[in-house]
Amino acid sequence: MQYATFLPENLRKHPAVMWGGMAMIAIALAALPFVLAMGGMTWVRITNFAILFVFLSLGLNIVVGFAGLLDLGYIAFYAVGAYVYALLASPHFGIHLPFWIILPIGAMVACFFGVILGTPTLKLRGDYLAIVTLGFGEIVRIFMNNLSEPINITNGPKGIATIDPIKLFGMDFGNTTRIGDFAIPGLIKYYYLLLFILIAVIVINLRLQNSRIGRAWEAIREDEMAARAMGIDTTKLKLLAFAMGASFGGIAGGVFSAIQGFISPESFTLTESVMILAMVVLGGMGNIWGVIIGAVLLSFVPEILRYTVEPAQRWMFGRQIIEAEVLRMLLFGFAMVAMMLFRPAGLLPSALRKRELAPKEE
Amino acid sequence: MGKIILEAANITKRFGGLTALSDVSFAIEQGQIFGLIGPNGAGKTTMFNVLTGLYQHDEGTVTFNGEVLNGITPDRIAGLGVARTFQNIRLFSNLSALENVMIGRHVRTRANVWGAITRNRATLAEEAAIESRARELLDFVNVGSRANELAKHLSYGDQRRLEIARALATDPKVLALDEPAAGMNATEKLALRKLIESIRAQGITILLIEHDVKLVMGLCDRIGVLDYGKKIADGLPGDVQRDPKVIEAYLGASMEEPA
Repeated sequence: MQYATFLPENLRKHPAVMWGGMAMIAIALAALPFVLAMGGMTWVRITNFAILFVFLSLGLNIVVGFAGLLDLGYIAFYAVGAYVYALLASPHFGIHLPFWIILPIGAMVACFFGVILGTPTLKLRGDYLAIVTLGFGEIVRIFMNNLSEPINITNGPKGIATIDPIKLFGMDFGNTTRIGDFAIPGLIKYYYLLLFILIAVIVINLRLQNSRIGRAWEAIREDEMAARAMGIDTTKLKLLAFAMGASFGGIAGGVFSAIQGFISPESFTLTESVMILAMVVLGGMGNIWGVIIGAVLLSFVPEILRYTVEPAQRWMFGRQIIEAEVLRMLLFGFAMVAMMLFRPAGLLPSALRKRELAPKEE
Repeated sequence: MGKIILEAANITKRFGGLTALSDVSFAIEQGQIFGLIGPNGAGKTTMFNVLTGLYQHDEGTVTFNGEVLNGITPDRIAGLGVARTFQNIRLFSNLSALENVMIGRHVRTRANVWGAITRNRATLAEEAAIESRARELLDFVNVGSRANELAKHLSYGDQRRLEIARALATDPKVLALDEPAAGMNATEKLALRKLIESIRAQGITILLIEHDVKLVMGLCDRIGVLDYGKKIADGLPGDVQRDPKVIEAYLGASMEEPA
């Protein structure tokens, strides 16, 4: 009950199978980047961004899935984290702080913005909250775009370049490390770092869900008035959900900045917010494993299309008929309709959502 | 006369032009079962919502255990020790019966985000205590065998009793029940009556809104009667029953055709 609540019942009864499975997953995850690298470093890069998106979806899942607050401006926190890192570790201001100092600062600043967004929207729910958060996301982006005058803080639409790569324990993530004949490129090092942070984020999410705090969030989602009458400080807990979600976004943004080396307001548009929300909804709001699957699918499928659609068409028709970009939108549309028809609660719905969306028995 | 635990003094509540409560006062002694009755629309539930902080009243003072509750939020009132149920059951319907009661323990427990993430010894001990107390309360209201069923799948009577268990989980000094017998059959009403009496036996003061006159008269130590937002009587059940104003406003008509 204490540590394995998220595992299926029959797995818990067979610890040998469980640990064996876990070991296999661990080996697979450790070997994955080297396998991907055979297909080109691009795939490692894509995987790294997929992990970043998993993390963002898990952060948003706290706000949307657990507490039931529809947030359409989540990318703003990612932007805040990214800019905090960029400003404190680039030639732009000439400040070069180490990664492990900036990351908590980024998380805290993003958390602060979470509270700023949360406070005025406490009384809003559903569509109204969605509209305000959407506006918030745009405000942050427009600020980033325009904060180049009178004092140049964000460098405006030109963005900030040559951001420092992460350096940890004397290891530079920006270049290749050689151990004898064995070369570990920077991207693969980032992969391991991201994987490590991701595991921490997953554990934090699972534990939060099965706790006094997680239950209080569920209560707020189910019936806010009853929750208040039961002594739950809904103000505090909603702000907590916003703040926690925002901190995750801020951390992800910082890592994004470091991997990418360049950021501009263009990376933080409404489309990105919608994409992260789509990952959460596709996988199954409130279900951590579902959200992970949703994020992985939505990160990889478009990239796979990008590399396969054109050659496939040339092979079949001798020329390109539909561009990958167009096909992606088409498939998105189909996927959305299919989801609504067949799995309205997501691919791996949380038990709770499934019940909510099920027809009433009475 | 015993110690007054909950007192409403000259409460007036208006909704726009409508005065839902006008100058209503009553006092509840510790350990009493106080019944609040009146025809439909008399303002009973409004009074409940004022007492538990869901509504802010326009005039008057609510005092609980020596503390003035004016302007205090519902969650803090629950923290001080006033718990309630709702007329139209408001359980967390997609959560299990057990989870519903566990959420009731929220206000008496401490674990924060840090505790939840680190799962330290204190948090684990608290979680275990929350669960065992919740199971105890489920057994107390006789829903123990359905602990893992969803609240919305329970029978109507079970849902009513589950709501009482959830309220009891907050360790209240005053338990406010809004029409707990609504929709119950005679057997269930009898069981409910025993349940309320055993809650009182634990020293919890009970405030009861009820339409079932027989239940109210048999159970309550003291009764207040509301009609059109005004208090028209307040006293021992026998006296209230004989009060001509009450008979005119409520009992006379209502005894033959219960609302």
